[in-house]
Amino acid sequence: MENTKHRNVMTERRQKILTSLENLGDEVYEQLDNGYFPSIEMPSRSTDNIYYDSEIRQFVLGDRKVRRKARNIRHIAPFTKLVWTAYFSHELAAQRRTSTLRDVYYSAQAYAMKFKDQQESNSIITDLETVLGFSREDFNIFPEERSAVFGDLTIEYTVPGYEGKTLSLTSHPDGVMIGPALTSAEFVKTTADKVIAIEKGGLFTRFVEENVHKKFNAILVLTAGQSPRATRHFIRRLNSELDIPTYIFTDGDPWGMHIAMVIISGSANAAHLRELATPDAKWSGVWATDIVDYKLPTDPLEEVDIKRLHELQKDPRYKDKIWQREIKTFLKIRKKAEQEAFSRYGLTYIVDEYLPAKLQETN
Amino acid sequence: MAKATFEEISAADFFYRNRDIAGFTNPSRAIFAAVRELVENSLDAAENLKIPPDIYVRLSYAGEEDRKAGVYTLRVEDNGMGVPPRHIPSAFGQVLFGSKYKPKQQRGTFGLGGKMAILYGQITTHQPACVISSTGSSKIYAYKLMIDIQRNRPLIFDRKVRINKKRWRGTIVEFSLEGHYSGAMRKVLEYFKQTAMVNPYANLTFVDPAGRLYKFTRVTEKMSDPPKETLPHPYGVDVELLQRLIQVTPYRNMNEFLKNHFHRVGEITAQKFLKFSNMKPSRNPKNLSHKEIVRLMRMLKKFEDFLPPDANCLSLLGEELLKAGVLKELKPEFLVVQQRRPSAYAGHPFIVEVAIAYGGEIPKKENFLVYRFANRIPLLYDEASDVSVKVISSINWRRYKVTPDMPIAILVHICSTKIPYKTVGKEFIADRPEVRREIANGLREVARRLKHFLTRREHFKRERKRLDIFSKYLPKIAQFSTQLAGRKNNPDIEKLLKSVRKFGEHKT
Repeated sequence: MENTKHRNVMTERRQKILTSLENLGDEVYEQLDNGYFPSIEMPSRSTDNIYYDSEIRQFVLGDRKVRRKARNIRHIAPFTKLVWTAYFSHELAAQRRTSTLRDVYYSAQAYAMKFKDQQESNSIITDLETVLGFSREDFNIFPEERSAVFGDLTIEYTVPGYEGKTLSLTSHPDGVMIGPALTSAEFVKTTADKVIAIEKGGLFTRFVEENVHKKFNAILVLTAGQSPRATRHFIRRLNSELDIPTYIFTDGDPWGMHIAMVIISGSANAAHLRELATPDAKWSGVWATDIVDYKLPTDPLEEVDIKRLHELQKDPRYKDKIWQREIKTFLKIRKKAEQEAFSRYGLTYIVDEYLPAKLQETN
Repeated sequence: MAKATFEEISAADFFYRNRDIAGFTNPSRAIFAAVRELVENSLDAAENLKIPPDIYVRLSYAGEEDRKAGVYTLRVEDNGMGVPPRHIPSAFGQVLFGSKYKPKQQRGTFGLGGKMAILYGQITTHQPACVISSTGSSKIYAYKLMIDIQRNRPLIFDRKVRINKKRWRGTIVEFSLEGHYSGAMRKVLEYFKQTAMVNPYANLTFVDPAGRLYKFTRVTEKMSDPPKETLPHPYGVDVELLQRLIQVTPYRNMNEFLKNHFHRVGEITAQKFLKFSNMKPSRNPKNLSHKEIVRLMRMLKKFEDFLPPDANCLSLLGEELLKAGVLKELKPEFLVVQQRRPSAYAGHPFIVEVAIAYGGEIPKKENFLVYRFANRIPLLYDEASDVSVKVISSINWRRYKVTPDMPIAILVHICSTKIPYKTVGKEFIADRPEVRREIANGLREVARRLKHFLTRREHFKRERKRLDIFSKYLPKIAQFSTQLAGRKNNPDIEKLLKSVRKFGEHKT
């Protein structure tokens, strides 16, 4: 794998982002300078403009556009905040500093801008993503929640102060946090031939202890529940840049199933963004059929679970045969199981028996 | 068998025994009533000459005050017309003597108030009253007098005549009375404030027993025309009045009798009425039997074609003066006044004037502030029983965007030759349908205009807020986009700001 090729990709991308932010500033400036109330056009994010694109296998926004107008009394405050957020993001990106969603919310006050609450500031950031078609991580804005990665992959930092430094992702048994420094890092070398994403911390730790990374030659990713965007983007990069398959292990219930689906096909909330989904990733378990086949200890499905299953049944992302089959099985057996359920067969059973079988099955 | 005794009592004796009905119920009320009666006499005395009144009132301790009552000296000075010397003893020492018994509007109507105060002072302190007056002639007359209660005659103790070098004109009354100022203080001060409100052309000065000075200064010299005397209206007469008129009339036929003794009765109306009542126009009124007089009275009331009474016997404040007075005393943000057209109840003409004031220095209370006036007298007691208050509470204020907790003052002034008071204490007005209708219509009209004001104000508030938002955000958009685009100079946003400002320039 060529080191410089990746470096160029990252630098080019950063330059593209900076330019698009500056263009936005130009657009607003020109309108003002010509004596017009500035306005900014962006794709509508309302639910009736979200479609599932089966070709790229993720949700996308339709053609409908909305225009944020400074002339409109109800728009001018969010408009100003959008321009400020663009300005702030540009500062972050240009100075190669990172920030969190929370931090953006507080930073606004220093510019005499006041977001009503964290929610508003988050939604303005989403606006900016929609306008420019980049994700907030591209603007160096990250969510608080972090997930982790462990495995034989050497990365090279690009963040200021660490440029050129490399790190093996096996260097810490708890895994390495998937934060801004890691997501902007370049992949240097790896011997792994697959990625295994795991929903829960307990199982992730067990896998590290059981040397799953070595036994199965895998990079382990902890999603910590519904995976943050940075993690989804990271998984996608592993998948596409290293060109290795991805397997996802979650709890055997509709919620676990959907954690896998969001990694594979993205979420409606991020329909304005690309490069978050990993369409080739596989959900490897725990399936409803596994519950039956492995005779796992179970809990009965609750009403919310059943309701959720019915929703998923109609979701275009779930139209493939295997998903429909699993949903039907859940509804039939009316039971669910957690990943930990394999403990009944001993601590190592899941690694020794279940994992190889499922990897084989979903390969 | 016990023998019942019958005796005739004098008018003074009657009021002595029934002083409650004139408002002298207790020591606090007595102070209030005495101040009020004398101030009103003084106002009338100045207004009759169309001179802006200057009234000075001083209440001082004449002895120790205990918790319930004390002895006070009340002195009231005015610049009014003065009392001719030969009338002074009767005017101040004889109850029911006076110049107020003809149908024209004045503040007092019983000829009772001032003398009642003096009478009350006399029976509580047994001191003579001192009256000094001049009509602006070369002499000033000073009397010390008391009322012989049983015979209703003045008793003169002392009489002095002084040279009036400066041609002073006016009246000074000073006498002692028992009372309780701390109990009356709130009402007395309220009385002065409200009096100042409806007499914006008057200077009122009050020095209270603690030596505190309260000054209410005039804001205009303009005064309304003094009321004219009028003949009685046919709807308002009774048998007694008819008999008196018949006794004094020089006319020897009914046609002339009706035309000359009744208000708004001319040739045509007289003829129509005589036809209606089956009387010969040539009939000599002097020959009418008692029965016929009663019948005449009934027919007068039945006949529907008499013109309504003319209001020029009424002394209205007028919208301009009312405005000036309310602005002066309440300092509201918004004020609208309205004078209704003349109307009549039972042959008595009346006019209603209303005002509604909003905001400014008007306090927010749980309910509207209500100011009631009758012939320019503030009515301060028994508010809940008053017709105005009943009308106010019957109006659906929400229709006018008004709620009772808003800072709103409502003023109702009724002018009439005969105010339909419910009691002799003259504190509240009876619920006459004609009066009620006029008050209600007046209030609805001013309420409508208040609503317009409130709507407009809300609109301007919104506009102001809009403008504020634009002027807050546009410069920021300019600043951030300039920095983001890496430009040197901020874009010119003045034109944009100006275009929004156009809407915000109106002032309320």
